[in-house]
Amino acid sequence: MQALDVDYMLGLVPVLLGYVPLTLGMALASMAFALVLAALLAVERVIRIPVLDQAVMLFISFFRGTPLLVQLFLFYYGLPQLVSFLTQINGVTAAIMGLTLHFSAYMAESIRAAIIGVDRSQWEASMAVGMTRGQMLRRIVLPQASRVAAPTLVNYFIDMIKSTSLAFTLGVTELMGATQKEAAGSFLYFESFIVVAVIYWIIVEVLSYGQRVLEGRMEQAYSR
Amino acid sequence: MTGVRGLTKRFGTNTVLDNIDLDIKDGERVVLIGPSGTGKSTLLRSINFLDHPDAGIITVGDLSVNVAKASRADILALRRRTAFVFQNYALFANKTARENITEALITVQKQSRAEAEARADAVLQETGLSDKADAYPAALSGGQQQRVGIGRAMALGADLMLFDEPTSALDPEWVGEVLDLMRRVAEQRQTMLIVTHEMQFAREIADRIVFMEGGRIVEQGPPSQIFDAPHDPRTGDFLRRVG
Repeated sequence: MQALDVDYMLGLVPVLLGYVPLTLGMALASMAFALVLAALLAVERVIRIPVLDQAVMLFISFFRGTPLLVQLFLFYYGLPQLVSFLTQINGVTAAIMGLTLHFSAYMAESIRAAIIGVDRSQWEASMAVGMTRGQMLRRIVLPQASRVAAPTLVNYFIDMIKSTSLAFTLGVTELMGATQKEAAGSFLYFESFIVVAVIYWIIVEVLSYGQRVLEGRMEQAYSR
Repeated sequence: MTGVRGLTKRFGTNTVLDNIDLDIKDGERVVLIGPSGTGKSTLLRSINFLDHPDAGIITVGDLSVNVAKASRADILALRRRTAFVFQNYALFANKTARENITEALITVQKQSRAEAEARADAVLQETGLSDKADAYPAALSGGQQQRVGIGRAMALGADLMLFDEPTSALDPEWVGEVLDLMRRVAEQRQTMLIVTHEMQFAREIADRIVFMEGGRIVEQGPPSQIFDAPHDPRTGDFLRRVG
């Protein structure tokens, strides 16, 4: 058993930190797209528009039912074969597409559950003052549902940050890809991967702190 | 002129409203009384389509809607001519007291924020809740919540205000303040249709009492007739039971 090469590890930290922006950027972009898509999917599942409803259920079923890695390969390697203008699709784009669609399927279900959980009196009061269905959703129902859904959505975001590491299989040099390259050069695999593990861990911990602050703020309206 | 003609509502095979005719004059205060499960709340909720009636014509102000052919636009238009006070208050949980009042003024009536807030502050003053303007519903007592609920309805400037047992969910200690506020609304000759079990209150403020049983109107008339000399024996029976 050899001692850990601590100097190597310390030297690796600033190198790897340089890739954090790309990792976070992919996660943030995917999360933003996924939130919008998931909210639309969830609202559709609640109001159930014929035909569209079946399509949405199929979408959710597929993207929840197949591995993220398979979906990423499908977008990166498969789509360009199918659609000619996509020949130039790069790894980052494919990763964001895959993460967006995959996570929106999960998030749609938790947003749907949160919408259904909003008390019937809130819908009725909105109707009684003459709101349209869109106004009711935007002004009253979705804001209340978002408070219920927030903890699960942050959970999905955490999962999403870690899942960006799969983009390295598409040739993207993000945090995981960079670590892989460094390790292959130095042969110090344990040192390299423990450093990257800690970096992911710290990112997630910072986010969890943000989650507690956010939840505290969202509770304000509901506490005496 | 406001009212319903031939209003019918069925839940499955159960006819909850059986061909109801009811006319309400502008500024008239009508109180609906009768045993539970007799269709009083359903009548109220059918007028603004919280429950969808099966047949009949609903008239509020200058708008008449044949319910069998009501479009989404008709339903919105009816709702925008009425205001509703719920038994369980139903304040928007994510809005402060003031925002509960301004919400529909801004979102539905397209008033400016300043205009809506001025209206809300005036209403809060009238309901005695100026100091609670920025409180969320969860921080208010039942009585305060219902006063905001009434304030929200008042601010709409509706042709018809509907009150669905507004004091039934309240602890006894809060009933008085809510009835006081309703008295003030009644004094402004707002057209009101009220379902309540507060008989003394009904006698005080009603121009007309309507007694319903089994989805039908059994008898109607001024409070003195209904309470002191009912024409129909069922009215008398009911009043003796609750009195």
